Amino acid sequence: MPDQLLFAIEVTLNGLMAGVLYALVALGFVLIFKASGIFNYAQGVMALFAALTLVGIMDGQVPFEHLINAVFGTDIHGFGWEVPALLAILLTMVVMIAFAWAVNWIVLRHLVGQEPIILFMATIGLAYFLEGLGDMMWGADIKTLDVGLPQGINTTIDEATFNMFGYGFFIDNLDITATIIAAVLVAVLVAFSQYTKQGRALRAVADDHQAALSVGISLNFIWVLTWSIAGFVALVAGIMWGAKSGVQFSLSLIALKALPVLMLGGFTSIPGAIVGGLIIGVGEKLFEFLVGPLVGGATENWFAYVLALIFLVFRPQGLFGERIIERV
Amino acid sequence: MKKTLTTLALGATLAAGPALAELTFPSLSYRTGPYAANGIPFADGYADYFAMLNERDGGIGGERINMIECETGYNTEKGVECYEATKGEGALVYQPLSTGITYQLIPRVSADGIPMHTLGYGRTSASNGEVFPWVFNYPATYWDGASVAIKYLLDENGGDLSGKKIALVYHNSAYGKEPIRTLTELSEEHGFELLELPVDHPGQEQKSQWLQIRRERPDNVIMWGWGVMNQVAIQEAVNIRYPMDQFIGIWWSGSENDVRPAGEGADGYKALNFHAVGSDFELYDDLEEYVWSKGNAAGAGDQHGTVLYNRGLYAAMIAAEGARKAQEIHGTSAITPAMMRDGLEQLEMTEESMAELGLAGFGPTFSASCENHGGSGRAAINQWNASEGKWEVLTDYIQSDQELIARLVQEDSMAYAEENNIELACQ
Amino acid sequence: MLYREAGDFKTTYREDGQTFPIRLDRTAYFAILAVAALFVPFVINDYWLNAVLLPFLIYAIAAMGLNILTGYCGQVSLGTGAFMAVGAYACYKLMTAFPDINIAIHIVLSGFITAGVGMLFGLPSLRIKGFYLAVATLAAQFFLVWLFNRVPWFYNYSASGQINAPERTLAGFRITGPETQAWAVYLFCLVFVVASAWICRNLTRGAMGRKWMAIRDMDIAAEIIGVNPLRAKLSAFGVSSFFVGISGALFFSVYLGAVEVGEAFGINKSFLVLFMVIIGGLGSILGSFLGAAFMVLLPVLLKNVLVGGLGWPTDLAAHLEYMIVGGLIIFFLIVEPHGLAQLWRITKEKLRLWPFPH
Repeated sequence: MPDQLLFAIEVTLNGLMAGVLYALVALGFVLIFKASGIFNYAQGVMALFAALTLVGIMDGQVPFEHLINAVFGTDIHGFGWEVPALLAILLTMVVMIAFAWAVNWIVLRHLVGQEPIILFMATIGLAYFLEGLGDMMWGADIKTLDVGLPQGINTTIDEATFNMFGYGFFIDNLDITATIIAAVLVAVLVAFSQYTKQGRALRAVADDHQAALSVGISLNFIWVLTWSIAGFVALVAGIMWGAKSGVQFSLSLIALKALPVLMLGGFTSIPGAIVGGLIIGVGEKLFEFLVGPLVGGATENWFAYVLALIFLVFRPQGLFGERIIERV
Repeated sequence: MKKTLTTLALGATLAAGPALAELTFPSLSYRTGPYAANGIPFADGYADYFAMLNERDGGIGGERINMIECETGYNTEKGVECYEATKGEGALVYQPLSTGITYQLIPRVSADGIPMHTLGYGRTSASNGEVFPWVFNYPATYWDGASVAIKYLLDENGGDLSGKKIALVYHNSAYGKEPIRTLTELSEEHGFELLELPVDHPGQEQKSQWLQIRRERPDNVIMWGWGVMNQVAIQEAVNIRYPMDQFIGIWWSGSENDVRPAGEGADGYKALNFHAVGSDFELYDDLEEYVWSKGNAAGAGDQHGTVLYNRGLYAAMIAAEGARKAQEIHGTSAITPAMMRDGLEQLEMTEESMAELGLAGFGPTFSASCENHGGSGRAAINQWNASEGKWEVLTDYIQSDQELIARLVQEDSMAYAEENNIELACQ
Repeated sequence: MLYREAGDFKTTYREDGQTFPIRLDRTAYFAILAVAALFVPFVINDYWLNAVLLPFLIYAIAAMGLNILTGYCGQVSLGTGAFMAVGAYACYKLMTAFPDINIAIHIVLSGFITAGVGMLFGLPSLRIKGFYLAVATLAAQFFLVWLFNRVPWFYNYSASGQINAPERTLAGFRITGPETQAWAVYLFCLVFVVASAWICRNLTRGAMGRKWMAIRDMDIAAEIIGVNPLRAKLSAFGVSSFFVGISGALFFSVYLGAVEVGEAFGINKSFLVLFMVIIGGLGSILGSFLGAAFMVLLPVLLKNVLVGGLGWPTDLAAHLEYMIVGGLIIFFLIVEPHGLAQLWRITKEKLRLWPFPH
């Protein structure tokens, strides 16, 4: 096979993998939007907060260390223990559930039935708050996250493709792991929403709030549930992205990578988020590979949106969005 | 930090009393935002050095130092706010540690008559003191950095780079684009091929760039990165098994923060630096004795000896030495910003003067002059040793290609002078 | 009692149709204007200008511009940062290409250029609606920033890719460049703000504004009663971008003086202006001012109180600042979901009866 074609295939494969990572972030948005009609601007910051909490617990950091030292004149530097990854993930989930509960009781409960733009704005406030809180609790330095995920080139694929085509493909082990985790995550989510009582209730709420209320489903419970699940998805996304760059403030910016995916896949569809992520991932990587060198590179950021725009012009409700029926 | 907030509050109200003749050094730091991890150690080092001078010597030349810290969050608008808030307090020299804020402040400090020192960052052509009398960027500039990196590669390759391919991975911003012109000139001169790979802010996703590097197999990769871009680039380089010892970062891509997340894989990664690393200096004893042991260390006090902490110390040391020089020239201890400028302009760093300060061999020697605000343009190559978790100095300070850089600086600064109708100083 | 509408009789249509039909509003408006124009210039210093008033005035223009598009016409836009960049770069190119022409004219021209670009990126709005429309403006955001960063012509081939505002004067007073007088710059911006607010107010209560609002409330219904969606939407994009462009030109030329496109006009700016509009109140000119004040002044105030007043370490203060801003946004929402402008309207209702509510 000609080299260019091999390269293009490699780029496409990597684009698919990157797409899975984008989809992972987008998934959190979709879950909350579906259940409560809120575009959760704070999703990116939630990923950061979850990852910070995880690292903080694993390294035995004392929350609000700096603040405590400043207020009481103490000199605390960590508990001095280390928590195994799995336990830390569970503890982080407890924190994220507490967070979901707090959000629901302090913020959302008062805003039931408001317009989407107002709920959106509430999540802006939440994002600001969480950003300050995360830094204050765990400090603003870069933390190395090591939960034992494999990273680096996958040698099996490299060797196999080298023997076949004379050029070894690069596939990152982390990406493969991410793909598996994403697949499991989606399968679990689907199973949960199809086969459990709570899951069915969740779907009922997503369909129609009032009808759900009238058959005795507690909206409060469902919202805490969705925010907890979104918190869990944020944690997974935070781990995946944090494994690459360390856990630091920039992690909250991964939400930007999810936006075109959401627009393309539709805000209300989990398969949409996955397929949208794949299309965006492959599209932007291929464009950068084919056209990037001609125009000076760094095209990925804007091309993702242009790609989504092109799709939307033909399907204004997104790929898998609910069909918009307009009546006067 | 032993001082509690209440005592701090009390201190603030007391300090608001009659202003004594003090030397004011604003610290435009960033302990929040996307670059906080890099801003914190620098700000800590900067603060600790001045705190140490106050405790040990009672300030500089008998005048106590008043360091005002102002949080910019690496945001230009907040930087302007900080500048305006502190300039009325008699600020002697600004060190904003941000390219954006530097460009912002260049016209302002020139108009207000306050010197600005951009330690190895900012606008390279500001090293021409004729056009930028108020701006200093010694001991080395970005163009020096680019040239030193190429010089080092020349040495490694027996003086010949023809036919080699060198990739530049850069932050797609004013900062990242700085070395391109120098590297282009150098590639023509030495006959290597330059491959430019921009990475958009913030740089969390660099798969395309590193796949391209894997395909094109450049002999070396030079990186101009900042913040999260560094960590991801180094991790991706490890992932594609790029030989780390052929990967060289500029001094802003060479701190512990950048290599740690990649773990063992980052071993052998190289970076430029214009000052020493580690804590093996006499000054550190003084810092321990007068500042840390009393619980007055700035921030969390856990950054001592890191690359960026040392850079903060170095920045503060140059500011303090500039002030000392100014006191010497003008025969008064209560110096003004204009006197401070004279001090910075006649600053001379020799081996002896650095040894006297307890920082023997800490930085390259240089002497500034009215025309030359850029220092001697020398930098060393450091290498990361992952198993020991520290940077090791690999070479002596390497001299950049002064002829080429002088020409480029002249071109760029004259264009600026023309655009802004600046009369040349030093005539 | 304090705020009275009763007894304010109108005898002509002209009187009835004026901008502030209630006498108290009118007096308050002229009093604020008088203070802003006649008192503030005498006491203003560099700090108040550069840290407080300039950003407030300039963001107020941008917020008004976005409010026309989002608040009045109902089209969500996340491209404000890029449109500000268009204004800034247009202004820079004009300033350097025609140095002899008055800076005020350059700024207005930059507004028109931005209007053109805005209309171009507004075209997809005819097909895509709601949150999905944000993708079109986001495409504009990322593409334009990339373009300005990539094509050297935009920054006159300077080595770093930054643009610097050369010194320009108006009637003998320096307006741009480093050596300006605070009051001159302040008045220059104030004129733009007042003129923008005047135009916005009158556009939004005229035929054009009613068409926009009809589109916002339900576009199909509007189409049926004879509003041309193409013209209404594109005019909203055009007018909105015009003001955003002016604010971008001012932001670059008189406020910062040197900008780098990615840092100054990134996606954060788009979000910031959108936050201002939503927090201030969608569909309210006053709301644009209140929102800009909230987002610009509050952090400066908090910082001065926490660091300057209480002497906290800067990092703790900064973190707390974020938490307080976020907390306040949520608090205001729970108290009054329709923004600060609505809060003000309710206050007026209360004042009408106060202190005798029964």
